[in-house]
Amino acid sequence: MSEIIKAEQLKKYFPVQKSFLEQLFTRKMSYVKAVDDVTFSVKKGEIFTLAGESGCGKTTTGRLVVRLLKPTSGAIYFNGEDVTKLEGEKLRLLRRKMQIIFQDPYASLNPRMRLGDAVGHPLEIHGLATGEEKQKIVLDVLDKVGLSPPEQFIDLFPHQLSGGQRQRAALARSIILKPDFIVADEPVSMIDVSLRTTIIDLMLGFRKKLGLTYLFITHDLAVAKYISDRIAIMYLGKIIEMGSKERLFLNPMHPYTQALLSAIPVPDPKRKRKMIELKGEVPSAINIPSGCRFHPRCSYKKDECAEKEPQLIEVEKDHYVECSLY
Amino acid sequence: MPLLEISSLGVDYRTSRGTVHAVEDVSFSLEKGETLGLAGESGSGKSTLGLSIMRLVPYPGVIAKGRIKIGGKDILKLPEQEMRLIRGRKVAYVFQDPMISLNPVKRIGAHFTELINTHEPTTRKEAAFERTSDILKNLGLLPERINDYPHQFSGGMRQRIMIGLAIALNPDLVIADEPTTALDVIVQAKILDLLEGLRKTYGMALILISHDVSILLERCDKIIVMYAGHMVEYANSTELHKNPKHPYTQGLLQSIPNIELTDQKLSAIPGSPPNMLNPPKGCRFWPRCSHAKKKCSSKEPPLIDVGNNHFVRCFLYTEEGANNE
Amino acid sequence: MNKVKIKRSILAHLIPGFTSLTKKGSSGWMIILGLAIVLALVVMTAIGPWIAPHDPVWYMGPIRDPPSFQFPMGTNHLGQDMLSRILVGGSIMLQVAALSVLVCFLIGVPLGLFSSYVGGLFDSTLSLVIDAVYAFPGLVIAIAIAAMLGPGVINMALSISVVYIPSYFRIVRSQVLSIKELTYVEAAKATGAKWHTVLSRYIFPNVIPSIVVVATINFADAILTAAGLTFIGLGVTYDIPDWGWDLKNGWSYLASRSWWIITFPGLMIILLALGFTLIGEGLSELQNPKLQR
Repeated sequence: MSEIIKAEQLKKYFPVQKSFLEQLFTRKMSYVKAVDDVTFSVKKGEIFTLAGESGCGKTTTGRLVVRLLKPTSGAIYFNGEDVTKLEGEKLRLLRRKMQIIFQDPYASLNPRMRLGDAVGHPLEIHGLATGEEKQKIVLDVLDKVGLSPPEQFIDLFPHQLSGGQRQRAALARSIILKPDFIVADEPVSMIDVSLRTTIIDLMLGFRKKLGLTYLFITHDLAVAKYISDRIAIMYLGKIIEMGSKERLFLNPMHPYTQALLSAIPVPDPKRKRKMIELKGEVPSAINIPSGCRFHPRCSYKKDECAEKEPQLIEVEKDHYVECSLY
Repeated sequence: MPLLEISSLGVDYRTSRGTVHAVEDVSFSLEKGETLGLAGESGSGKSTLGLSIMRLVPYPGVIAKGRIKIGGKDILKLPEQEMRLIRGRKVAYVFQDPMISLNPVKRIGAHFTELINTHEPTTRKEAAFERTSDILKNLGLLPERINDYPHQFSGGMRQRIMIGLAIALNPDLVIADEPTTALDVIVQAKILDLLEGLRKTYGMALILISHDVSILLERCDKIIVMYAGHMVEYANSTELHKNPKHPYTQGLLQSIPNIELTDQKLSAIPGSPPNMLNPPKGCRFWPRCSHAKKKCSSKEPPLIDVGNNHFVRCFLYTEEGANNE
Repeated sequence: MNKVKIKRSILAHLIPGFTSLTKKGSSGWMIILGLAIVLALVVMTAIGPWIAPHDPVWYMGPIRDPPSFQFPMGTNHLGQDMLSRILVGGSIMLQVAALSVLVCFLIGVPLGLFSSYVGGLFDSTLSLVIDAVYAFPGLVIAIAIAAMLGPGVINMALSISVVYIPSYFRIVRSQVLSIKELTYVEAAKATGAKWHTVLSRYIFPNVIPSIVVVATINFADAILTAAGLTFIGLGVTYDIPDWGWDLKNGWSYLASRSWWIITFPGLMIILLALGFTLIGEGLSELQNPKLQR
């Protein structure tokens, strides 16, 4: 099984703006360590999910993988080739093979571009098709995402569409170049619950029909469970547990994962869940706790947890945890 | 006498492009200490309904029809001064986004003491201060933080403060509009537990408004499902979960992934929510309904009692509907 | 009721977009009123030479004659018929204003677009320079430059442009700063668009609404500044009919009770500026989503 994407020790630190006086008098730089040494790989044809709460670094990681951001350190491999430092024309060629779908359907389409132009623009950018041929491809792809009849939709502006329709258009735009790999950043969080499955099913369908691989980013673990093959749970910029869907949900090992799963509401009034209590709140990514970054909130904390950062260990087949308990 | 009684409520938004019937013909009642969930998606009217109970519907919205009775009194007939006495005191509101709902230049303590002094002007300063400290403790916040400003708290804590402000005057009813949408799952669970705990301690009734049906099924006694301004189903949550009758409710429940199940078959409801400026004639759900008949597109179905305190607005459950094929 | 309906439908046919403008409430009416005023004055100035009862420059009647049947707006200190001068005198002003808006647009907008997109030291430095120009009182700069360049329509336009380029720059720059962070711009980059494509097809079209607002208010301002320049004597000469010129000369005769020499041109200038301001304000209100309409 070939790896289509490999992220190796990715780090992205954002410098914190200093006040004028601080700039004069202190040398110390503080950073928001959004992504702090993340390593994972995505196999061809699978759906790999990065899950976690807000601020854990999953969105930043997604942006790093498609090179919308430059990593502070670390490497990204696409089909075995190191693409971390690509620039210019080579980077543009790479963009044909990897695409991204954004969370907010109301913001990801240019309000002044008609749908047909917006969806077809990637073809123009890469000089792949123009005029009538471009029109044909656009109509075809709009039809594929369920915006039928497509002739009715190509002249519309985004504000004339509903959220679900806009997200379909964004999906159309991302597949029109026939990429190999798509990063989907919370693609359904801002869409009505009853419509989410349509978008998700479309994405799953394209995986089969177009041979796509997905990096799916979400905070909704229930959706993650429905769609993924493998999942990685992130906390404060690191992956703290990773593995196949079955293993991770059946046997969550990291205390954070366990707490997270226990907090998710279940649509059944008869099930009385017992939520695992977690002390405190997620600390700021500027002042990351020493040692294991989860230790201030962990009920299983040992002395060594505050000093040594644990390594990612394979606990069972295809199930990795970063915790000193193991 | 029920705490809250709503009959045939209709709320319109009179915009320059036409009138939007955001809420139409909604009736229900709430007893002391009960929890009611308002479920619905965009355009369903659930937020408007919540705001209308407080008579806080923003311009150009007006409460066009119906009656709202709180503690037996018809609040739609009250002059604004009397309504102000009810807001905060008898009925309190928790808004959705805690980031923007607190005054950034006012200390937290001041938020509380000002609230107390406005509604109970005879309270002495020390007494107000003590009550504030007690409330902060109940919220799980350190009383020493009484002089901090809102920006010094995280999102979850700010929402707790909002809830604290809502219960500070010991209201009979708290309306929480998507109180956890902007928050993470773990914080969400804590906030909902807090609401539940406070509710039990102070004996308040709670109306929880959310698009997340899982939360409502978990935490509410009764649920109303709203679609395009109409109340399409109303039942106890266990009954609704076991026996959803309206096609929309059924579709909704089948589209929610359940974290505890594996190999789920989820389905979506085809189509999109209607344009509220020009909703479909007849039953507003008919364009998306697999059971739609000719009658559905011309006449609006009435609310039907199917027994067991369960009400559905659908022709499938009328005498003729059940017999038609 | 019916008469109103008929009038409205006539207007609706005459002016495309009339119906959509009226639907927008008071802001729409402001724009319609402003457009009406401006159009009326432009038309008047355009056909002025043909309908003026006397030659506005060379016909010499009695000096400083008060308004009468023969000279409905009186005559000035040279004996020129004020009515004719009013009908024709807007032309210089309109030309100057139009030219200066054009120059401002062609220079200020691209500078703003490019500077804020590129960012960094280039942007900071340029903004500093532009802000310095912006800090100067507009009329002072206009006077300085007009004094250097001498009289004439083009020179007046140039001196006014220099004053207003910073406004365009600043507005465009602040718009671009917020737009370039928006998701659809990110999406464009993610599909491999080059920087000039991003600027021209994704950022610029979304900046246009705010530019239009600045341009109309700029027009109004330019008219007043042109009048001001002429008033000081840095504008046109006596042989070209111009409201500003009349304003300047009328001023000195106010004391001798010849009120008509300054009043009518003054009113026209105010009216023209008002027209453009109404359009600009109406447009900017329309774009404000927070105003309930």
